[in-house]
Formats: sequence, C-alpha cells, structure tokens
Amino acid sequence: MIFLNFFISGISLGSIYAIIALGYTMVYGIAKMLNFAHGDVIMIGAYVCFYAFARYHLNPFLGVAAAMLICTLLGIIVERLAYKPLRQAPSLAVLITAIGMSYFLQNTALLMWSSNPKVFPSIIGRGSFRLFDGALSVSHITALTIGVCLVIMIVLSLFISKTKMGKAMRACSEDKGAAQLMGINVNATISMTFAIGSGLAAVAGALLCSAYPTLMPTTGALPGIKAFTAAVFGGIGSIPGAFLGGLMLGVIEIFAKAYISSQLSDAVVFGVLIIVLLVKPAGLLGKMTQEKV
Amino acid sequence: MTMRRLINLKRVQARRIYLTYAVVIAAYIICTVMSSTNILSSSMRGMLVPICAYMVMAVSLNLVVGILGELSLGHAGFMSVGAFSGVAAAILMQNVIPFAPVRLALAMIVAAIFAAAAGFLIGIPVLRLKGDYLAIVTLAFGEIIKSILNNFYLGFDSQGLHFSMLRDTTRLLEGGKLIIRGPMGISGIQKISTFPAGFILVMLSLIIVFHLVISRPGRAFMAIRDDRIASESIGLDITKYKMMAFVTSAALAGAAGALFAMNYSTIVANKFDFNTSILILVFVVLGGQGNMLGGIIAAAVLTILPEKLREFSEYRMLLYAIILIVMMLATNNAEIKYFLSRLNPFKKKEAE
Repeated sequence: MIFLNFFISGISLGSIYAIIALGYTMVYGIAKMLNFAHGDVIMIGAYVCFYAFARYHLNPFLGVAAAMLICTLLGIIVERLAYKPLRQAPSLAVLITAIGMSYFLQNTALLMWSSNPKVFPSIIGRGSFRLFDGALSVSHITALTIGVCLVIMIVLSLFISKTKMGKAMRACSEDKGAAQLMGINVNATISMTFAIGSGLAAVAGALLCSAYPTLMPTTGALPGIKAFTAAVFGGIGSIPGAFLGGLMLGVIEIFAKAYISSQLSDAVVFGVLIIVLLVKPAGLLGKMTQEKV
Repeated sequence: MTMRRLINLKRVQARRIYLTYAVVIAAYIICTVMSSTNILSSSMRGMLVPICAYMVMAVSLNLVVGILGELSLGHAGFMSVGAFSGVAAAILMQNVIPFAPVRLALAMIVAAIFAAAAGFLIGIPVLRLKGDYLAIVTLAFGEIIKSILNNFYLGFDSQGLHFSMLRDTTRLLEGGKLIIRGPMGISGIQKISTFPAGFILVMLSLIIVFHLVISRPGRAFMAIRDDRIASESIGLDITKYKMMAFVTSAALAGAAGALFAMNYSTIVANKFDFNTSILILVFVVLGGQGNMLGGIIAAAVLTILPEKLREFSEYRMLLYAIILIVMMLATNNAEIKYFLSRLNPFKKKEAE
C-alpha cells in the first residue's frame, strides 16, 4: 500500500513534468530550439495565480484562466521579440538568447515580487480522499493534477491530429520550407506553438505550486530542467513521448527519494536518463533519423 | 617541429594566435602595474584570479564547442571535480611542501588528472550520442557530479584516507581531519592562488589548445565538426578524436577549478551548478565559437560587468540579461548585421 502511495504521488509529479515537457517538445519539434525560458514562464504563471486568488480573492479557476491568458501573451511576445529575428541564426545563438530571456524573466520577477518566498494556497484546498479504509490517501490536488494531465493529453492529441492548425504544426515540424510552399503561414504556426506551450506552462505552474507551495522567482528553474530532461527521455519532438517521459521521470524521482536517498534522487533521475539514451539514443518514442550523405 | 609548423601556418591563423598571446600578456602587465600602483580598486583586484579561471574555462570549453562542434552543458562539473580534488590535495600536502607556489602547481596537476579521468569516464557513454542528446547528457552528468560531491565525505588520519557517501561514517582517529564535508564542502582553505599563477595557467591552456588545433588532431576535430560522415569515410577515428578533445578540455577545466577554489576560503559543490556551465557557454558563444581571444575577452567583460553594474543595484542582473539578448540579436540578425556593416566605412569589402 505504501508502494501504491508512492506510485500515485510519482504519477502526480510526473503529470506536472509532462505538462511542462509538452512546451519544450512542441517548440523543439517545430522551431528546433531549446526554449530555456520555458521554466520561467511557469514561475510567472504561478505568480499570476497567486495574486489572483490570494490578493484579489478570485475564483481559483478564474485565476488559472487569467494566468493562462497572461502566459500565452508572454509566450507570443517573447517569441516575437527575441526568437523570431534569429530564425536563420545558428542554433547556439538562439540557445544563448533563450538563456538571456530566462535571466530576464527571473530578474523581472525578482524586482516585481521580491525574493521572499510566498506560500501558495492550494487551488482546491488541502483535503484528501481516503480509500481502502484509510490505508491509501490521495490528496485532492494529486487527483486533480492527474486528471488535468489526462484531459490535456487527450485534447492536445485531438488538436494535433484533427484540426487544421494541428496539421500545419505537423507539416512545419516535418519540413518548414515545403510547408510554406503549401501555403502554411509558418510564422503564425510557430507563434501558436509558443502560445499553447506557454498556456500549458501556466497550468503547470498552478499545479506545481499547489503541490509544493513555496513560490520564488527561481521556482521554475529546476522543474524546467527536469521537464526538459523528461522531454528528451521520451524523445524530443514527440508529444506522446513527452507524456511518457514526464510520467516516468516523476515516478523514478519519487521512488528514488523513497527507497534510495532523498539527497541523491536527482543523481538517480539523471543516471536513468543516461542509461535510456545509451540504449535508445533518440529517447523512448523518438524517431531515429537516418543521415543521408 | 612545432616552430616550423607555426611558420608554415597560413598567415591569418598565425597572426591570430600571436595576437591572442600578445593581448593576454599585455593585459597581464597592465593589470600588474595597475594593482601595484593602487589604481585598481580592491574589489577588482579580488576578481583577477576568478577572471583567469573563467578564461581557462572559456578556452577549454571552446575546444569542445567551437573546434569539435559538440555542445556541452556540464562543463562546471569538471571544474568542481578539479576544485575538490585540487583543494584536497593541497590540504594533504600542506605539511610536506611548505612552499605555496609549488603546492599550488601540484594541486592543479592533481586536479587536472582527476578531471581528465572524470572526462574519460563520462566521455565513454556521452560521445556515442549526437547533437542535442549529447548536450542533455553532459547536463545530466554535471548535475550528477554536483549531487555526488554534495554527499561526499573525505577525511584523513594516521591510518590514511577515509571516505564515505551520504553520511559521515569515516570514523577518523584522534588527530584526524575531515576535509570534504558533504554539503558543507571544504572550508578553511589556504588562499594560495595568485594572479601570476592564473596568468601562467591561461597562457598554458592557450598554448596547449592552439598546438592541438594547428596539428593533426585539430584538423581532425574541425573535419568532424564540418562533416562527420565525410571524415568518417576518409578513415578518421571519430571516437578517438572526440575523446581527445573532451579529455583535454576536462583536464584544463579541472586545473581552472583548483585555481578558482584556492582563491576562496570555502568552496561548496553548489557553486558549480548548471548556471555556471551556462555562464561559461555564454563566454564561448559571445566571444565567437572557435575564437579563443573572443572567449577570453568575453570571460573578462562578463565577469566585470555585473560588478560595474552594481551602481544600478537591483537592476543589474536585469540589465545584464538585456545586454545579453541585445548582443545576440545584434550579432546574429541578418538585417541588423547589414545595417551595422554599412555604418563602418573602414571595413574591407568582402571578396566577391
């Protein structure tokens, strides 16, 4: 039963990683860039939520909606100002710009909201379900996180496979030049990708801070790196891969904390990543691209 | 042998190498004169050794990123291996070798050996991967090294060295001393790093890297960077050359780590985290990949800049971020580049 408890909290943490990893993997799939500022968008989203329902006493769900709106706008603006001028630039230059953007967001947050940690109120309270005569307790936020992750997974898969915009996204990730010739607005598609990724980051921020209630300007950094790892774990560029990678990473992290050592859990997580990449060099669900001469 | 090689070089390349040496030596002389005549403020003087260490880090990472063309996001990991092994060696040698410069030199050699060993062990799995996957695995190793050093205990007594993980179970005898104390790191370090030592290390790393670059391995590195498949088909042993660059880079980073650590009285593993790796990568990219002088200048400027921006107090890191973004946009956007090149009337026209 204890095992099951750990497993459920692992899935819950993994769900958060998966939602964040989606932002990385979609942007990578289409714009071929590692958006290092993504972790800080999570933090901005969490702060917006915090102010919405701790200060202005908004309905939690309205607060999350507001955070999604602001993060979506932020994602589009960041892409427009910093990444779009570098479409043709070498990938390392874009990477450094993304890092600069990450510093920028962190320090803006530091100036606006100070470095004092804020205690984040859970969006649906701190109660829990008791199952099997109380042997298994699942907190509401854990259940909500897993549920939200499932909904996002289904909606996003449908969006990518059924809608016109989803088709455009898949086309852009295959071949940008050919997509443009077919009349797809590549710039709009990339903006849309950033918008979706950043909107999801806001949701992840609210869920993350409901489960781990300390909110600081650096809150997004470590989950950002972990989620990026999750995206690579599942095969970067692949949406099911991001879910699988996120969930597995969460479960591995919780198990490592519980059964090995809480101090070495990060080392275990990254160790598993290395082993997986050695066996499957493109991640669990990634496509191996054959190089042509 | 190397002399003839240098003479036979294309003039542009030779000029660039000598210019780099000349700039570094000139900078050293100017800084020495300025600090002996007290023109340099004390805060600036305190930054001289860290700047040297960062310069060596930039040069060594440039070998992997600029010359070999592989992205490494865990370079600070090698720096921390070097810092911890070097400082531990210096503490152990404290009574045997009383003369500080010799102790520093030996400590840096020990640090380089340990970091090179770490680089070799990490290189075996890492170098089988490509591109972004290689990058993420170097990131992972950087984090693993940090976690391990954060939970590592090392002490010595009359019976020799003892170490343990997670908890301090070294059970030292009376008179024994715990050197590395897990998350507390090493404290009570004798500050034996000096600016001349830093200068010598920068020069040494430049000499090593330049000689590697202008010889057969260096040409192999660049061939691999430019076209991996073509260089494989002409019979270059890709893994061997990649490993050579990776281990050299790790060894230099280790020596830099020892130099850096012995400028402070305490050192903890968290100092060498992902952000430090990124900082060094920023030096390399901003200075121009493969351009050693550029990396060195970027290391110096970007280390001094946050200090100089101190008068803007809380806005300084924000300004730093903005400067970083604007510089990347200015140097990489085609339209802005064209605009800037029109502003500069002295620039020679590119050959058609």
